[in-house]
Amino acid sequence: MQEKTMDIPAFDVAHVRQEFPILERKVNGQPLVYFDNAATVQKPQSVIDALVHYYSHYNANIHRGVHSLAQEATQAYEDARKTIQQHINAEHAHEIIFTMGTTDAINLVMQSWGRSELHQGDTVLISALEHHSNMVPWHLLKQEKGIHIEVIPIHEDGSLNMEAYAELLQNGVKLVCVNHVSNALGSINPIKKMVQLAHEAGAKTMIDGAQALPHAKVDVRDLNADFYAFSGHKVYGPTGIGILYGKEALLNQMPPWRGGGEMIASVTYQSSTYNTLPHKFEAGTPNIAGGIVLGSAIDFVNTLGVENIERHEAQLLNYLVEKAAHIDGLKVYGTAKEKAGVFSFLVDGTHPYDVGTLLDQMGVAVRTGHHCAEPLMNHFGIPGTIRASFACYNTFEEVDVFVHSLERALKMLR
Amino acid sequence: MESLAERKAEILDEFMMFDDWMQKYEHIIELGKELPLIDEQYKTEEHLIKGCQSRVWLHANEGDAGLVHFTADSDAIITKGLIALMIRYMGDLPAKDVAQADMGFIQEIGLQDHLSPTRSNGLVSMVKQMKLYGMALAAKQSS
Repeated sequence: MQEKTMDIPAFDVAHVRQEFPILERKVNGQPLVYFDNAATVQKPQSVIDALVHYYSHYNANIHRGVHSLAQEATQAYEDARKTIQQHINAEHAHEIIFTMGTTDAINLVMQSWGRSELHQGDTVLISALEHHSNMVPWHLLKQEKGIHIEVIPIHEDGSLNMEAYAELLQNGVKLVCVNHVSNALGSINPIKKMVQLAHEAGAKTMIDGAQALPHAKVDVRDLNADFYAFSGHKVYGPTGIGILYGKEALLNQMPPWRGGGEMIASVTYQSSTYNTLPHKFEAGTPNIAGGIVLGSAIDFVNTLGVENIERHEAQLLNYLVEKAAHIDGLKVYGTAKEKAGVFSFLVDGTHPYDVGTLLDQMGVAVRTGHHCAEPLMNHFGIPGTIRASFACYNTFEEVDVFVHSLERALKMLR
Repeated sequence: MESLAERKAEILDEFMMFDDWMQKYEHIIELGKELPLIDEQYKTEEHLIKGCQSRVWLHANEGDAGLVHFTADSDAIITKGLIALMIRYMGDLPAKDVAQADMGFIQEIGLQDHLSPTRSNGLVSMVKQMKLYGMALAAKQSS
């Protein structure tokens, strides 16, 4: 997504794999080939250690304590916020709001910004590629307030129809809500251009970056997105933690969503005043360990170099595309020119569930089904696909095992 | 008519023959071809058991001699084989036997994963549905 630098250091996948203890596992007696990375990635030892270290050495509630442990935990939590700020190039650390994940971040925007800024008849523009998590919150608001939901159509290759997008923007759109990378097809959407067009039309933008952060450098200031969300567990961090980035001015205008401790300035029995950013949106004791460890996960990504990860995964994808072309009756869904780490497909005369079940017998983990994008599957007229998706630790040998296992499964099923 | 226990012993014997998972799954796929298929008119939303991925249609009626008769179908072939196995075990038996059928053999033939709720293949709901029908019919027949 960004210009690649020329001085990429050597990326040694064998060395990378040693960082992931789970990869030594066997499944159904076979060495694990984990190709379900778009669902969640495995965790490196440094991330696992950071979690253990927090609970073993400085577990304490943050922000209010005067004792040493509380100071240490607060410092680590706020340091993690800064790590994340720098990683996505946000202007301020307080523009980084800790959430439970991408879904939670989108719900925060819907509940706070959406409920105060959107009114009956206003339009939210989503894309045909969205994950349910970027649709259902807007359905809730549609029921409550009578907003309209319009959908940016896609071309057959799974890329967005930008002409249609530009036209749709002319109809009084208040918010554009799209994913950066499609979880089901892997298409990379031209977010920078989309944000620019949205702003020209007077709309705000909410970008679901859950599938982008693990695979490419994301610069929120360069993209100029108003809101950008992602999940910790897809970027080598723990589950239950995620980020909402929002522009300072917008976040300041927005009312709090959840009420409780931490998010207040002062409280009487009848009313309260609210804390400043980012605490205004972080009611109650947060996922302290999750936040700190997400910082470690981002450190891990930066140690490898996100450009190296991106290049390695692109090579794996090209290799798989080439090898899979020889399989009779295999149809790839999502063939956009710009793609990240996802190979979504069906094979004539077989059901994804059957293929996935047999692959599992051979130690290969893939995802089958609608990938929480039912409307997209309906668009293609299919019940779902088989999805193989990559992470930094996958190898060409694993692609070979996958293709060989797939051929074996197809022989049994057809 | 064989009892549930006899049917169970027979299925266990059959699955004991397989040395590896491939043979076992090939057998399941073969079983799918023997599934008593549901009449097209019943392949409706009403008869659809919603699993997450493969679709399963099930129909039950009171057949000859008051026994429970099942027909079914699925769009996934392994699922189809597993349903065929369930129907072979529980089909055309007295309603109260169906309602009380012990499903322990599933574990013994190493297919318990398929009946775990996390598999989301609709089989758990299907077995539940089969037993519920058995219960309902048993109640009707005794009244």
